[in-house]
Amino acid sequence: MNEVAAPVETAAFAAADYKSGYKPVWCPGCGDYGVLGGLTRALAILQLPPHQVAVVSGIGCSSRIPAYTSCYGFHGVHGRALAAGTGLKVARPDLTVIVAGGDGDGYSIGGNHFLHACRRNVDLTYIVMDNHVYGMTKGQASPTTEPDWNSKLTPGGTGVRSFHPLVIALAAGANFVARAFSGDSGGAAEIIAQAIRHPGFSFVEVLSPCVTFRPEQKDWKQAVRRTEIPATADPAQAARRIMTDDGFNIGVLYAGDRPVYGRTHGTGIAPAELEGEFAL
Amino acid sequence: MNPPTQWPPRPATIEEMMLQALAMEREAVARYSELADIMETHNNREVAELFQRMAGYEQHHVDHILEDMHWPRNIVTPRYGGIWTAPDGPEAVPLEDMHYLMLPWHALQLALAAEQRAHDFFDGLAREAASDAIRKAALEMRAEEAEHVELVRAWLAKVPQPDSDWAADPDPPRHTD
Ligand SMILES: Cc1ncc(C[n+]2csc(CCOP(=O)(O)OP(=O)(O)O)c2C)c(N)n1
Ligand code: SF4
Repeated sequence: MNEVAAPVETAAFAAADYKSGYKPVWCPGCGDYGVLGGLTRALAILQLPPHQVAVVSGIGCSSRIPAYTSCYGFHGVHGRALAAGTGLKVARPDLTVIVAGGDGDGYSIGGNHFLHACRRNVDLTYIVMDNHVYGMTKGQASPTTEPDWNSKLTPGGTGVRSFHPLVIALAAGANFVARAFSGDSGGAAEIIAQAIRHPGFSFVEVLSPCVTFRPEQKDWKQAVRRTEIPATADPAQAARRIMTDDGFNIGVLYAGDRPVYGRTHGTGIAPAELEGEFAL
Repeated sequence: MNPPTQWPPRPATIEEMMLQALAMEREAVARYSELADIMETHNNREVAELFQRMAGYEQHHVDHILEDMHWPRNIVTPRYGGIWTAPDGPEAVPLEDMHYLMLPWHALQLALAAEQRAHDFFDGLAREAASDAIRKAALEMRAEEAEHVELVRAWLAKVPQPDSDWAADPDPPRHTD
């Protein structure tokens, strides 16, 4: 068609360059594939060299994600991903730190770390792949499970009110709060890229169906909608918005300007000197 | 899901249109390859090979566009919102439609729907075209997709239809007793 090629834009990294050679072992149809796609595309949007990015996780199906990227990775202890990620970012502020995991990992055993990570507002991005269940351990209820979800393990449902991660993140001090959907990994990529760019603690809740233990979540595809309202920097307005939505609005819900935690002093202490403090 | 607000896209030049086509074909290659990997991991070799073959066909489309337009392999294509209504592109089989026990018949049904969406995408571009040259290029791409639709249909005619108990598993992953 064209005889003379016009100048075109080229890129050093494509999304595929952020994938490792390991093939995920997630169930076919699992939403986590879409999250991996969203994350790798986000990194390609930002053109971050893989060796300048660290992906830190806890335990769960979703927490396998670092192994499937070509970035530095740390597959840590259940519920402790944010503690490891926060430490890494404070020690190595030059790295882009992405912490990822499930709703069980982040809101049950890791719930207290979640609150304080929001409050500290260290410059990292936290992606929760929320499927409202513990997938890896075969389908127990998690904090985001609906109170009436009936299963063999919770006959008639837990009867316990579900946790509202977005409003809790906002109240606790997160500087960026968004919701994405794994079935729309291009859209998730745009949101994750914004989260990484935004200073401070950025929280992205990705609705990511567990097709094995919650097959009914396949219907999320019909329920989700892109929010048409731009993000607000006013926490009160964001809180009203988040509290009144039905959990299926996709987009950036809050992008604030809260002060970001950084190393302000004490960078010069030698490890030996520090160890001396602990000598018996 | 509601479409992005920028819809419908209306490429102003052939280059813009071909960039959209390239983005869609690349998505299709990536998705078919990913599906092949998923099926291989779950020991469903037959369907893995089928998806791998589909990825190969789509890769031909990618190569064809790059050659025709004299573009480098690492050319940047437009992202997301402005391009299509369906998440991940019209020609990408949705990830959530996978099943570890699926048969070639199921895989081909998904591929057929994807190829049909790709055909309709170019059909829409031809109808929206800002010039005769763009319309002609869109119609050429539509014809290639029509060939793919026929190819998948012919393939489908050769594979057996699944029995009603195709998903029955005596050792299911969600057994929790
Ligand atoms: C200290 C500790 N307690 C419990 C477990 C068992 N365990 C492994 S994964 C998991 C929950 C995973 O759920 P979630 O984080 O939602 O991830 P998913 O598998 O759904 O992606 C639990 C309780 C563990 N590995 N370590
Ligand atoms: S059990 Fe659920 S969360 Fe785990 S890989 Fe399978 S579908 Fe995904």
